[in-house]
Amino acid sequence: MSHVFEMQKPDERNRLDAMKQGVIGQPMDRPDGIAKVTGTATYAAEYAIKGCAEGVLVTAPFTRGRVTRIDAGSITGMPGVIRVIDDARLITRSAQAAAGEAPDQGPLTVHYFGQPIALVVAERFEQARDAAMALKIEFDADDLSDVPLDPAAVETELIETTAQGDLEQAMKDAVHSVDLTFTTEGHASAAMEPHAAIAEWDGEQLTVHASLQMPNYNISELADCLGLEEDKIRCLSRYVGGGFGSKLGISPEAVAAAIAAMELNRPVRVVMSRQQVFQTIMRRTETEQRLRLGTDADGRLTAFGHEARISNLPNEEYTEPVVQSSQLLYGGEHRLLQIELARIHCMTAGSVRGPGEAVGMPVLEAAMDELAEQAGLDPVELRLRNIPDKHPVKGIPYSSRKLAECLEQGAARFGWDRGPRKPRQHREGEWWIGTGMASAARAHSVRPAQARVTLHVDGTALVETDMTDIGTGTYAILTQIAAEMLGLDPANVRVDLGDTRHPRGAGSGGSWGAASTGSAVFVACEAIREQLAERLGTSESALDLADGSCTSGGSKKSLRDVIGNREISRIGHFKPGELQEKYAAASFGAFFAEVAVNEWTGEARVRRMLGAFGFGRVLNAKTARSQCIGGMTWCIGAALTESLLFDPVDGHLVNCDLAEYHVPVHRDVPHLETILVEERDPVASPIQAKGVGELGICGGAGAIANAIYNACGARLRTFPMTPDKILAAMPE
Amino acid sequence: MKPFDYQRAERLEHAAQLMSDGATAIAGGTNLLDLMKLQVETPRTLLDVNKLPMASIEDDGSGLRIGALATNTATAVHPRVKADYAVLSRAILAGATQQLRNKATTAGNLCQRTRCYYFTNIDQPCNKREPGTGCGAIKGIARLHAVLGTSDQCIATYPGDMAVAMYALNAVVHIANPSGAVRSVPVREFHRLPGHQPEKDNVLEPGDIITGVILPAPVSGTHIYRKVRERSSYAFAMCSVAAIVRMEEGRIAHASLAFGGLAHKPWYDPQIEQSLVGEAPSLALFDYAADVLLKTARGYGENDFKIPLARRTLAAVLCEVTGVDA
Repeated sequence: MSHVFEMQKPDERNRLDAMKQGVIGQPMDRPDGIAKVTGTATYAAEYAIKGCAEGVLVTAPFTRGRVTRIDAGSITGMPGVIRVIDDARLITRSAQAAAGEAPDQGPLTVHYFGQPIALVVAERFEQARDAAMALKIEFDADDLSDVPLDPAAVETELIETTAQGDLEQAMKDAVHSVDLTFTTEGHASAAMEPHAAIAEWDGEQLTVHASLQMPNYNISELADCLGLEEDKIRCLSRYVGGGFGSKLGISPEAVAAAIAAMELNRPVRVVMSRQQVFQTIMRRTETEQRLRLGTDADGRLTAFGHEARISNLPNEEYTEPVVQSSQLLYGGEHRLLQIELARIHCMTAGSVRGPGEAVGMPVLEAAMDELAEQAGLDPVELRLRNIPDKHPVKGIPYSSRKLAECLEQGAARFGWDRGPRKPRQHREGEWWIGTGMASAARAHSVRPAQARVTLHVDGTALVETDMTDIGTGTYAILTQIAAEMLGLDPANVRVDLGDTRHPRGAGSGGSWGAASTGSAVFVACEAIREQLAERLGTSESALDLADGSCTSGGSKKSLRDVIGNREISRIGHFKPGELQEKYAAASFGAFFAEVAVNEWTGEARVRRMLGAFGFGRVLNAKTARSQCIGGMTWCIGAALTESLLFDPVDGHLVNCDLAEYHVPVHRDVPHLETILVEERDPVASPIQAKGVGELGICGGAGAIANAIYNACGARLRTFPMTPDKILAAMPE
Repeated sequence: MKPFDYQRAERLEHAAQLMSDGATAIAGGTNLLDLMKLQVETPRTLLDVNKLPMASIEDDGSGLRIGALATNTATAVHPRVKADYAVLSRAILAGATQQLRNKATTAGNLCQRTRCYYFTNIDQPCNKREPGTGCGAIKGIARLHAVLGTSDQCIATYPGDMAVAMYALNAVVHIANPSGAVRSVPVREFHRLPGHQPEKDNVLEPGDIITGVILPAPVSGTHIYRKVRERSSYAFAMCSVAAIVRMEEGRIAHASLAFGGLAHKPWYDPQIEQSLVGEAPSLALFDYAADVLLKTARGYGENDFKIPLARRTLAAVLCEVTGVDA
């Protein structure tokens, strides 16, 4: 039985707080934790499947053009070689987030250096890899002088504009103003688990073990790629070793494995090498951003301009939403928010951890720091003065917002010195020490989601959905929601995820997974509670469930007795409704960082960092904190080290492994403190939760940049702020 | 990875014979295996030398003999190394990760190949990997690359840290040839500049096996290894300085300096030391020493920063050891 809940109006009932079990929000350990740390959690490539052949992708050694011949004969007779797959259904790149349909197919037309063009299948992995590298191909490569690679050198397309008032005039009239241009470099998701898939075909049914963030969309994408009906496909993704956007859409290895398995009638595994993941999956676009901010004499924004240039391949629709949170974070009557897109042939740009805000917010917040200096205001105060009453363009109210509380509580806990600031004030030996802050904001959204909850006759519950846990804590929070609603010890709740035979969840992406799929579990549990109430002849609202007992009207019964031999199973179906159009919904926060910069070498090291965040209900204080500090760690990478380097001649990705693409190492990450500000958002979801997954990355790199300036006086407008750039900008 | 034969050497003579027949020695494999997977290295025969009795670290009367197979970890934590050759211990600990250092060996580390992005990508031109194909880095991304001793064929850097300290210590490499004769090569002459033969990293000839490294009698002074990098661990040096400096009566009595991250080999120039010894330390003196170091330096755009960075890193190290206040 399916129960539908559509968000048509704010859900002020706040039911979870009225429940009696007391597990929601608790810092419960992950139920999947022990399996993961003991190596018994099975990831996509790790299923032991009899007779499994091994496939390795062949990638294009040129930038743009056509493969004219794949000479399968060139590897015939090499040990173990079974087949070269060059099927026209192979995909040239991953699908974009929530596409639900096939991405570009037809691998013989090459759009970027390193594009997959074929699959070599052999008995063993080493044989397949050797043969893939030995495979001879012939191609017509376009002259590189005709292939655009530099986003600054091509004409751009105007993608999106929000214009209000007269920004130019407002800038002229402003008492304090800044007009600054920043750049950020491309980022890779850099998930620990490489992309991998095993496909099995029994002549009727295709089963694919893959590392997926959103099987609910991926099954449609795979079906479309293959020309199969969805009901002939089962995707399994029980454990995912990090996604960060890279596994949102179906990717080349999964489609190749499926085609090979169907052609060969035997299971086929395809695992991408680290280099292939870097070179073919998704990049975050580099950006160039112009910030024009102007205020009145009191530091209140009157002019707000945020324009960004981004890039992507010619036939890709995805555009990094750089100005997403600039839409709603601060006021300013005269506004221009704009995105321009440059078409270049450097791999696919797509969603990489916190798309939009992860690069838009640090730049906005670095510009705000310069504005505060210009206006002689404390940076915290400048932000407090510019929190608008309602959405600055749409005029709609905020669903909930703890920005001011985050700024105030964060500043207090961090020990922020209020008042105007001057750089180069503190020195310890060779090191300049400084502090900086930034606001955090990340747009909130929810998606349709379904989950089945079954209350078994033994008094335990089972939650089933194809939702994934990509390291975020989904197993934990869905356990807690069901345990809270049904009055069970969490040990008596089992959560089964990542199987498309289960009801469709929302998938892990866009920070919407917890609020959406969590609400589906909530709806299913409400329906079960109603059934229990009916059996007890009482009303659902009068029913208290706790510790396996039902209490209503003073009488207490064991839950098992109420269930008897009739298990109760309900599907909860959560629908976003139109409420999202009527409110500005986002998660907010504030970052504070202390940074040391070496006077001699320009090396910058974060010494401590604090994030205060408000994102609706905290479903699990431990996994929520982990999400936040994970995001803050990425802030350190974005501020100081992470940068995709593309060859200027042929556009290939140069630093395509974890040795040369520098994510932060443990030593770069000091103690990270978090404040989770309590909040209930009745608009965001019936569980009063908003998204937290990406909030921690949305702005913190700006706090670090501002701290670098405060420390040593180097005002940089280019991320990442590597020692060479800091030295060049540091005053003598 | 290409199919290969695997053999295990039981005795040095046996190993030398196989290597003169074209076998490639493998010890820790921390660099070779990665390059084999990328088919940058395609040995037909891998010769596992780990059973050869060359892992010990022994006092040789005045100095210390570090066996070719001593792991980086064993060397870095050895009490004599820590006490008398601290710069070596510090350099090793500044490199890689604990797991890699547990496997990496003295000889393997000396022979570590460049991290140039074009060398490790077989779809790109590289004169070092495939002589005559050109250099992708000169026109491309040269951030990691050399500013000293480059040629129009190659601007790769030697990536290691251990060897930089050994240059400062004036260590000597013992190399056995197939006939069993052992020759001594000063480490400062072990690595090559690229010139017209960038494919040759060092002076080893086919059949040569490094048996150990001799550290001469210790020199008193302050030992420093300073490595500059954008992230604080598990990154190759943008620039590094190994220094042993002793002050006497307000003057620099001894200075021994070597530099990493700047060239196809650790950089050692006796004129730098000569410019310092006997002088009273000052910022002007350090600047002059940097002039000597960098007199032939040339940037390739992306790595231009290494020239001022090397100057500043040298000054930082010399300020630290001499007590000059910047």
